[in-house]
Amino acid sequence: MTTRRRGLSLLLVAGLGLVAASCGSGDDKPGAQGSGGADGKVTITVGCQPPKSNPKEREGWDADVAAFQKLHPNITVESKDAFPCINPDTFQAKLAGGTQEDVFYVYYTDVQKIIKARQAADISQYVGDVKAAKDLRPDVQGVFKDGDKTYGLPRNNYNMGLVYNRKLFTQAGLNPDAPPKTWAEVQEAAKKIAGLGAGYTGFGEYSAGNTGGWHFAASLYARGGSMVGDDGKTAAFNSPEGKAVLENLKKMRWDDNSMGSKQLLQWEDLMRMMGSGKLGMMIGAPDVVQSVNNDFQGKFEDYGVTAVPESEGKSSLSGGDGYMFNPKASPEKIKAGLLWLEFHELTPGQGQFNYARAKEQGRPVGLPIPDLYGDSAPGKEIVALRKQFATVPVDHFTPYVTAQSTITNKLEPPKAQELYAVLDVAMSAVLTRKDADIDKLLGDAESKANKILAKNT
Amino acid sequence: MTVTQERVRRPQHVRTAGSRPDEDRRGALRRAVGRNLTAYGFLCGALICFALFSWYPMVREVILSFQENNFVDPGKWVGFDNFRTVIEDPAFRSAWLNTAIFSGLALVIGYAVPFVLAVVLNELKHAVGYLRFVVYLPVMLPPAVAVLLFKWFYDPGAGLFNQVLGSVGIPPLAWLDSTSTALVSLVLVSTWMNLGTGTLIYLAALQSIPGDLYESAELDGAGLFRRVLHVTIPQTKLILLVMLLLQVVATMQVFIEPYLLTGGGPENATVTVAYLMYQYAFNFGDFGGGSALGLMLMIVLLVFSTIYLRVSREAER
Repeated sequence: MTTRRRGLSLLLVAGLGLVAASCGSGDDKPGAQGSGGADGKVTITVGCQPPKSNPKEREGWDADVAAFQKLHPNITVESKDAFPCINPDTFQAKLAGGTQEDVFYVYYTDVQKIIKARQAADISQYVGDVKAAKDLRPDVQGVFKDGDKTYGLPRNNYNMGLVYNRKLFTQAGLNPDAPPKTWAEVQEAAKKIAGLGAGYTGFGEYSAGNTGGWHFAASLYARGGSMVGDDGKTAAFNSPEGKAVLENLKKMRWDDNSMGSKQLLQWEDLMRMMGSGKLGMMIGAPDVVQSVNNDFQGKFEDYGVTAVPESEGKSSLSGGDGYMFNPKASPEKIKAGLLWLEFHELTPGQGQFNYARAKEQGRPVGLPIPDLYGDSAPGKEIVALRKQFATVPVDHFTPYVTAQSTITNKLEPPKAQELYAVLDVAMSAVLTRKDADIDKLLGDAESKANKILAKNT
Repeated sequence: MTVTQERVRRPQHVRTAGSRPDEDRRGALRRAVGRNLTAYGFLCGALICFALFSWYPMVREVILSFQENNFVDPGKWVGFDNFRTVIEDPAFRSAWLNTAIFSGLALVIGYAVPFVLAVVLNELKHAVGYLRFVVYLPVMLPPAVAVLLFKWFYDPGAGLFNQVLGSVGIPPLAWLDSTSTALVSLVLVSTWMNLGTGTLIYLAALQSIPGDLYESAELDGAGLFRRVLHVTIPQTKLILLVMLLLQVVATMQVFIEPYLLTGGGPENATVTVAYLMYQYAFNFGDFGGGSALGLMLMIVLLVFSTIYLRVSREAER
């Protein structure tokens, strides 16, 4: 009995030792990551495979992987699923632990931060082989550039607009085919929607968890303002445009009482409100409609998107996502990863642009995003395919699409998250305090932002 | 015979003829190890777990706080730069102040309420088991669920709390949306979530008080208040002190409530040290800054932990 117990304890210790050893066994040398061997075979791990909870998209992805591997028998794609595709909480840990995918997914917001921290591979010498890359919109490709070096490729691209609930517009006696073009019209529409009864909110806005600052930037750009000066080292939002953003919100919140009483809203809050059918309008891109439809019980046909009021002839904050490469990925992996991205993310009629399959599967087709190519040949081809296989009412996005020709896409500022955190304070102040002093709030935010930007080297 | 005397008189190891003292010692050690091998096995397991999941991260945090590290290249030593960065951050002062206020309020509300509840439960004659279960129930809810439940309770429009206030003619409160009530609202959530554990610990301590002390007090004409003041509190003094220190250590690390309920707002009114640490590490990608903050918090908590250890040793005696 005693011998057996001793044996068990030794086994336990040995087992724990093995666990400990395996925890530290992440071999992070490039050569050790299954790079191209003598037989020319290469295995790449790719992030953002749709999760099992989204079986239709996952089925499409898996079929694409099989087709790609048939085309390139020497490449094996190991898909890694996650929802959401990137989690800031685990990004650094995966990098440190050697489990970051070779081709990893990233939002525009984080791209420059990752480049500055040297956490992505420079793919400049290989990206020339991606034929589709030369047709990409320069501003879209520019997101993944630092000087003349390239660090990734885009998957999605859009700019901010005004998302509105067409059903509520009708209920409130407004014309859903003529959405607001000025902030004065937004104020009027918001008042009418809020007047529908308790629980109805005319216009919703973020003010916590850095999302308030993000939407401040969106509204500021649409008014022609800038977050930082040309040198990127001084704040530029303490301007008439910045003041107008806050004054408009303050008026709607306190004078018109059209923004609801619950504030400190974060991303999911507005999505839920929009999905519940009680929110009239919010700043957002067409992908908001997709999220509301897929994850928050909304229906495509109930929503429409237009340009941010008064933004025509000015700018709109661009957003989107794409893929970057593990800094430890071997050249073979990078080349294989680029082939996959070209196949799946950048070729009209294939991968994410396989609208025929999407329609067959009953997935939504017809949203005016991604806009990766603008008016170049692949861009026109994608638009034509989208129209051909549309399953959602495309005319609900017409005001947004029509305005695009006059709006310039503008990238997020440097040190985006830090600046957004600073501006959350101003946003939350005007939405929770009737006596908020806008000049003081912007002045305080400016001096904090200048300290942050001074370190932006 | 006292225990000490018994120990003194217990026969010591008898040395055999011709054996040397060091051989005897080795033999005794071998036998002792052999006898306790299973225990050592389990101890090793615990040590490995602690080393992997507690001590190693702590050492790594200390190193990171003096480094600029992108987790790709070797870390670059930057001296006290990370500390300077976080100290110069305008949110730094607010974070410490909010944390201190939160801990203070949690002591006033979160420390007193479970004790009072335990005293009441201890005095009850009926349905004690049921009430104990009810009090402990919130502890069984996952913290995120409990916090999100309060998000609805605090809704200034349709929220439960304002509905209740409205039903008795009290105007609605802004709860989380006001700089003056946001932090208190977080304390209430935290208190509700942790009420059960504290109450059960106090209850166990109360039940260990000899009943004859209460009987004597009652014979002397002491009412409930005097019994609590002159019997309960002196008898549970050490447990109260230990719980107080544990409460301080726990509340100074408050994170989930501001993270899920307020995102640090409004106007940084609920930014705590742990929340700021999270912002630095995960939102700003600055693990050096986050670690520097973590190290500062660890030093403060170390002071309380040292006092706690001393007090608990005192309690054991």
